[in-house]
Amino acid sequence: MNEQSRPLAIDIDQLSFAYQNQNVLEDINMKVPQGSFLGLVGPNGSGKSTLIKCLLGLLTPNQGTVKLFGVNVKKFDRWNDIGFVSQKANSFNSGFPATVFEVVSMGLYGKVGLFRFLNRKHKQKVREAIAQVGMEDFINENIGQLSGGQQQRVFIARALVSDPSLLILDEPTVGVDAKSVTNFYTMLKKLNDEKGITLILVTHDIGAMSEYVTDVACLNKCLHFHGNKHSFEENKEEMMTAMYGHEVNLLEHNHDHDHHHHHHDHDDVRRDET
Amino acid sequence: MELLQQLTFLERGVLAGLIIGFICPVVGAFLLVRRMTIISEGLSHITLSGIAAGVLMSQTTALLAFINPLYTGLIFSLVGSLLVEKLRQIYKHFQELAIPIILSSGIGLSALLISMSTSSYSEWYNYMFGSIVTVNLNDLLFIFMTGIIAMLLLAAFYKELLSISFDQEFAFTSGISVKKMNFLFSVLIALVISMSMKVVGILLVGAMVTLPVAASMQFAKSFRQVVFLGILFGEAAMIGGIFFSYFFNIATGGMIVVTGLLLLIIALLINKIKKIMNSYRLISSRKEIVK
Repeated sequence: MNEQSRPLAIDIDQLSFAYQNQNVLEDINMKVPQGSFLGLVGPNGSGKSTLIKCLLGLLTPNQGTVKLFGVNVKKFDRWNDIGFVSQKANSFNSGFPATVFEVVSMGLYGKVGLFRFLNRKHKQKVREAIAQVGMEDFINENIGQLSGGQQQRVFIARALVSDPSLLILDEPTVGVDAKSVTNFYTMLKKLNDEKGITLILVTHDIGAMSEYVTDVACLNKCLHFHGNKHSFEENKEEMMTAMYGHEVNLLEHNHDHDHHHHHHDHDDVRRDET
Repeated sequence: MELLQQLTFLERGVLAGLIIGFICPVVGAFLLVRRMTIISEGLSHITLSGIAAGVLMSQTTALLAFINPLYTGLIFSLVGSLLVEKLRQIYKHFQELAIPIILSSGIGLSALLISMSTSSYSEWYNYMFGSIVTVNLNDLLFIFMTGIIAMLLLAAFYKELLSISFDQEFAFTSGISVKKMNFLFSVLIALVISMSMKVVGILLVGAMVTLPVAASMQFAKSFRQVVFLGILFGEAAMIGGIFFSYFFNIATGGMIVVTGLLLLIIALLINKIKKIMNSYRLISSRKEIVK
C-alpha cells in the first residue's frame, strides 16, 4: 500500500478517445505514482501513442480527464518537468542543419524566456545532458550524420536537459541495434534509481523491457492490466492471451527463448571472428 | 548640388539594401528548414495586388492620394500569409496546394487592378524588378520600420521558431505555443516580402530569401552557421549587385539576384573541390599505410 501513498505523477480518469467514429481508447483509468518506471505495452494499433498524446495534451480526449502532477493537462504549464521522446523523433529531415548541441539546447528553450539566449549555465547544462547519454564526442556534429541509436540518445538528452521529473518515451528503441537497446534500458533504469525520475516507456517489446521496469500496463483499446512487475509476471499468460490472442502468445514464448539463444549467438559470432 | 542629390538617392538605396540583405536570409533560413521557401513566391505576387490596389486608390480617390502603395502591399501580404496557413490546415494532406492558390490569385488580381490604373509601364516595371533609385524617403522609412519589427520578432522568437521547425511535437511539450508561433512566422514572412519589394522587386524577392541560404547550406553544420553565413552571402549579393548595377547602369534588382546566383555557384564549386580534395587525401593516406 506504500504505492498508494506516493503523490501521483499521472492521473488518468475515464479517458476515451476516437478518431472520427473509430474508438481508439475506451474508459482508461490509470494512476502512476511518482518514482515508478512503467512499461506501457500493447500490440501495434492498440492506442499506446494516442494515450501518450492525450497525456501530453497533444490530443484532446472525447471524454475523461488527464492530470499531470495534480494539474489538468489543459491548464498545465510546468512543461520543464516533462521530458518527451516521440516515436517520430527519428523521422526529422536528416538534412536539417543542426548540431547535437543545438538539438539538445531545444530542451531548454521553454525555460530560457523571450529575447534571451542561452547563458553559460544553460550551456553547461546542455553539455552535461549530452555527456549523460555518452555523446560528448559528437557535440558539434550534424544530427543527420549520426546513426539511429546515436540520434535517439541525443533526443533523450534533449528531454533530460530541463531536469524533468517525468520522462515519457514512445517506442524509443525502434530502429536501434540490439546492443544499444540494452545500454539504453540500463541508462533509463539508472535515471529511475538514482534521480527518482518517473519513467513511462511505451514499447511492444515485452521481453526486453521487463527486466528493467517496476510496473507494467497492458493496453489494447482498454487497459487490460496495470500493476507491479511481479503480479504481471504471474498473470502474464492470461494477459497475453487477452491482448494478443493465443497464437501470438506462443510467439512470446519463443521470443523469450530467442532471447537466451541470442546471447549464445553473440558468443558464436565472436568466436567466429577471433 | 545635383551630384549630392544623386548621391543621397544612392545612399538611401544602399541603406535599404543592407537592411534587406540582412533580414531576408535570416527568415530564409527558417523557411528553408520548414521546407517553405516557395511561399515567398506566392506572397510576392499577392503583394503586387496590394500595391496595384494602393496605386489605384491613390489615383481614383482624392482623399486617398497620400497612400504609399507599399503599405497596401504589406496588408495584402499579411492577409495572404495568413491565408496560406489557413489553406494548409484545410488541405491538410495536400499542403502544397496553398501556395499556388495564393500565387495565381495574386497574379489574377494584379492583372485586373493594373489594367484599371493609369500608371505608366515603367512604374510597374520598377515594382516588378526593383529599382534602387526610386527608393524615396518614405520608402526608406517603411523599410526601416518593417525591418526593426522583423528583427525584434526574430530576436524574441529565434529559439522557439527553431525548435518548432525541427520538431513540432517536442516544441509543444516544452511549453511553446505552436499556434502562436506559426501566426507570428506568417507575419514575419509578410513583413520581409513587402519590405524587399522596392529594392529587389516582386519577381525577385524569392531570390533574396533563397539564394544566400542555399549557398550557406553548402558549408554550415549548425543552424547558427546557416544564419550567419546566409547574412554574409546576402549582404555580399546586395553590395555587389548595387555596385555593378551602378557601374554598368543595369537594373539593380536583376544584378543583385545575379550576384547572389554567382555566389551560390562559387559556393557549390568550393564544396565540390573540397570533396575531391578530401577523397584524394583519403586515397593518398591509404597508400602511405600500404607502403
